[in-house]
Amino acid sequence: MLSYDFNWSVIWTEPYGTWMLQGIWTTICLGFISWCIALTLGIIIGTMRITPWKPLRIFATAYTEFFRDIPLLVQLFFWYFAAPSILPGFIERFLYRELPNFEFWVVVVGLSLYTSSRVAEQVRSGMQSIPTDQYYAALSTGFTHLQTYRYIITPLAIRIMIPPLTTECLTVFKNTSLAMTVGVLETTFMSQQIEAYTFRGIEATTAASLAYMVITLMVVLIMGLIEKRLSVPGLITRRR
Amino acid sequence: MGAFDWTVIIKNMPFFMKGLLTTFELAVVAISGGLFFGMLVGMARLSHIKLIYYLATIFVNFFRSLPLLLVIFWFYFLVPIIAGRPLGDFVSASVAFVVFEAAYFAEIVRAGIQSISKGQEQAAYSTGFTYAQTMRYIILPQAMRNMVPSLITQTVVVFQDTSLAYVIGLKEFLRSASIVDAREMKSLEIYAFVGLVYFIFCFLMSRFSQKLEAKRGAAK
Repeated sequence: MLSYDFNWSVIWTEPYGTWMLQGIWTTICLGFISWCIALTLGIIIGTMRITPWKPLRIFATAYTEFFRDIPLLVQLFFWYFAAPSILPGFIERFLYRELPNFEFWVVVVGLSLYTSSRVAEQVRSGMQSIPTDQYYAALSTGFTHLQTYRYIITPLAIRIMIPPLTTECLTVFKNTSLAMTVGVLETTFMSQQIEAYTFRGIEATTAASLAYMVITLMVVLIMGLIEKRLSVPGLITRRR
Repeated sequence: MGAFDWTVIIKNMPFFMKGLLTTFELAVVAISGGLFFGMLVGMARLSHIKLIYYLATIFVNFFRSLPLLLVIFWFYFLVPIIAGRPLGDFVSASVAFVVFEAAYFAEIVRAGIQSISKGQEQAAYSTGFTYAQTMRYIILPQAMRNMVPSLITQTVVVFQDTSLAYVIGLKEFLRSASIVDAREMKSLEIYAFVGLVYFIFCFLMSRFSQKLEAKRGAAK
């Protein structure tokens, strides 16, 4: 039992150290781009779920249910292996052969669509937690629906939504690890590649774990700062 | 582009079903094991003994800050070393899922226990119950009822998560599908089918959870 000689030097000897750093950078880019898109889409879809116009509501509900109830990995495989074959032949060829970093962008699409449905759910519950009085007050001052959402409801709701959105943001960065299955050279992929070259699975996986923990911690700190910056004194207190 | 060829699904149905069965087996192990250990860790998170509290908190935060994929790899390398011999992908995947999901179930259990008013606990102690009896007969039965909707949601998540066992080569539903795809080259039909199957199960479960919640809301 436990007859295993640790050899931690594989993490920083060349070229493995550089691989690891490149992987971490890819993870950060992937997570950041996907998060920005997911947040934008999620806010739009989440708002659509509570509009008075029924077709929009039905569309948004179908959207969230659809992307939430299929595992992310299956979605990524669908976007990577299956979806390009629906497109006309020349686009398919362009995607697979000429577009640099095709895998990367596939994951950006898959991850942001998946995450946007989760963000939409948080946005919906955040919006619904705003008292309807606010809404009526805005309408009675002559605001249109769009203006009411733009200037009254959304700014208030965003502050309530920040804690659950922080969790979602962490989930995005953790979910970027699935990108390895379609061949994106991110942290997990690199750690497994180091394993393949050195047979040092535990050390490489531990290094990757540490990297994710640091990224997670950074996200928590940044979101904490944003929360502090945005907080309206006396208006909305942190729910504990 | 070409026409869809759904016969590929029917032709390979037995193979798909075998994969789906493995997915269900893994999900059952992950959920029951995760819930059992999650309950212990959840109670430990509310312990008055500092050491137990800190250990449980570190455990929960550690696993919640890691991607599941990495945890699967971790145990994939670690389990054979601890056991001293290879035990197969299903065992490593099961261990990884039980440990990882325990951290998430622990948070649900903790919230459930905290939703029970302090008076219940004090009343139980004052009738002479021990800590174990209080938990077993008073707190947990009530807490479980409050936890049911989140537990079902987490069950859906675990069911979806089992697809990640793909990475260590376990022949669950998704891996079976990709094996069929490699042979038949019908990605569109195969992955649409896989997505549909997952969707049906998850959708039904989340609907069930919403129904339960609505019913509880009405009963209150």
